[in-house]
Amino acid sequence: MNFQFSPEQELIRKAAREFAEEVVRPRVQEMEEGQYILDDLFRLMGEVGFLGVLIPQEYGGTNLGTLGAVLVVEEISRISAALGTGLQVHCLGLLPVVKFATPACKEKYLPGLATGKYIATGSITEASGGSDPTTMSTVAVQDGDSWVINGRKCFITLNKTANTTWVTTCTKEGKRREFTTFFVDKSMEGYKEGRLENKTGMHGLDNGEVVFKNCRVPDTNVLLGVGRGLPVALTAIGRMGRMGMACAALGTIQASLEAAVKFANERVLYGRPIAYLQGVQFKIAEMAYLLETSRLLVYKAAWLTDQNMPDAELAPKVAMAKYVATQSAIKASDLAVEILGGYGVVREYNTERYLRDARMIWAAAGTGDIMQLTVAREALKLK
Amino acid sequence: MQPLQIAICVKPVPDPKESTQLQINPTTKTLVRKGIPLVINPMDRNALEAGVKLKEANGGKVTVFSMSPPEGELTMLETLALGADEAILLSDLIFAGGDTLATARVLAAGIKAQGNWDLVICGAESFDGGTAQVGAQLAVLLGTPWITRVSHLKRVDDKHLLVTVEDEVEQRELLVQLPVVLTVESVVNQARPLSLWGIVEARNKKITVYNADTLKLDQKGIGLDGSPTQTRDLFAPDASREAEILTGDSPQQIANQLLDKIGWSRKGAAN
Repeated sequence: MNFQFSPEQELIRKAAREFAEEVVRPRVQEMEEGQYILDDLFRLMGEVGFLGVLIPQEYGGTNLGTLGAVLVVEEISRISAALGTGLQVHCLGLLPVVKFATPACKEKYLPGLATGKYIATGSITEASGGSDPTTMSTVAVQDGDSWVINGRKCFITLNKTANTTWVTTCTKEGKRREFTTFFVDKSMEGYKEGRLENKTGMHGLDNGEVVFKNCRVPDTNVLLGVGRGLPVALTAIGRMGRMGMACAALGTIQASLEAAVKFANERVLYGRPIAYLQGVQFKIAEMAYLLETSRLLVYKAAWLTDQNMPDAELAPKVAMAKYVATQSAIKASDLAVEILGGYGVVREYNTERYLRDARMIWAAAGTGDIMQLTVAREALKLK
Repeated sequence: MQPLQIAICVKPVPDPKESTQLQINPTTKTLVRKGIPLVINPMDRNALEAGVKLKEANGGKVTVFSMSPPEGELTMLETLALGADEAILLSDLIFAGGDTLATARVLAAGIKAQGNWDLVICGAESFDGGTAQVGAQLAVLLGTPWITRVSHLKRVDDKHLLVTVEDEVEQRELLVQLPVVLTVESVVNQARPLSLWGIVEARNKKITVYNADTLKLDQKGIGLDGSPTQTRDLFAPDASREAEILTGDSPQQIANQLLDKIGWSRKGAAN
């Protein structure tokens, strides 16, 4: 076994930390006050190669694999879980183009997705929920060499910021419904953003509806093939979406621990820093091992993804990592709030933001309960 | 214009953002670096940027030189990701503890061993030592002129650079003939960010390690034993202050008390 990152991976982390500290940190407050990702941040992430971290080099990407993406999302999330999540959603949005698109579709979109000309998301969840997509009501009907999509998706991150999305639709009704996933861009008439959700956390990251009204998509934008739409969506969510949210959780735990340690060493009570109080030490210790255990699971799941483990085998590994990391983020940020006492819920101190963001991470890309189901199915050998 | 062979000297230093964690070993009087991440000395990063910009404008090659322990290899990789073409790590146990002159001797030997060069650029000073001596010592050892604290530089023809240097009094523009050693201030440019593009490009670039044998260095002039300066003591100066309030019947009387205190003679002063 080797738990050491390669020098290249160390540099990836360093590049992401440098960007997060110098570019993102000064903008966090602005994001907290807004509903959308700041205009220039995606462009700047494109300039340093983050947007193309999963895109092959022949299409203008940096192609540093899932572990590379994990390191970048984690470091950005340490400063802003909202922007880290925005980046991971972009990766989730473009991954099916890398894996399943036609050559024409790849040529058209991937270079722009690497630079930020195109920003991507994925659209599967509907008002009835996202964990059982077979009940979806969005439909696509073939018309000559194109398809016409009608429907409404909800809880879509980057619903306004993204100008491209994959969208999973029902293309055959009947006893055995069939589903097809398309890659759509906003220059296609009939694709637009809908209502924006007003969320507890992840301020500055848009999330809401996308609406397809007689949206015409060319045949070349079918991903993987007609009737094979669910595997496309599940691959994107399983290989990046859940992993990405687990990374947002890692960044949140790290930030919570750093804030708690700083406060514990500076706040003096009974003549010395509260870091010397055993009650505080136990909380810090718990946060430290929540971070370590979460990292081990997430990095291992990312490594398995890069080893091309098949989706079905990978799903419980990723689910376990996402469950543990997100639960840990909630716990660690809550402990940080406790250590800071009254300051913990004051906005300038950030810990209350970490707690609000952690709650958002738990629900995104499949709730903690759904992760438990996936893990249990594997453990119980259920079909 | 002719392409330039550019040498950049780089020192890995403890991350300035972690400067509050820095401690001094009470016995050796050296910095305790353990647990503090190393970064490229901030002004050296500006030096590298200056070299890479010159290369991007007119072609040539940028080679980075650094005297550092083997863990400096990550810093070398970072310089390649930031645009250098090749990195030479000068690393040997015997180099340890060297002062600025001993360090300059190793750097000069490395640059000479590598072959032809037109221009050497260093950061004006390091974040940790802050002596600002290495650039000047290097120029003497290489037998070239040197210009320190450059705030702007521009290539004007095959053989000349136009550089701006500033001090507290004036700003001067100098036409400098190559070869030359420059040390640059942080205002000379905005160093580019470390990008994933650069990291991928660094895969195809080379890091070479030279030790004392490769460089055929006289061991009397390198490392702790070869250093003419030794740190005897290191301490934080006592910065405590006392306030005293002068009182008197008139402003003149109070002023006179003040003059007495600071040792000024009142002889001849108008009353």
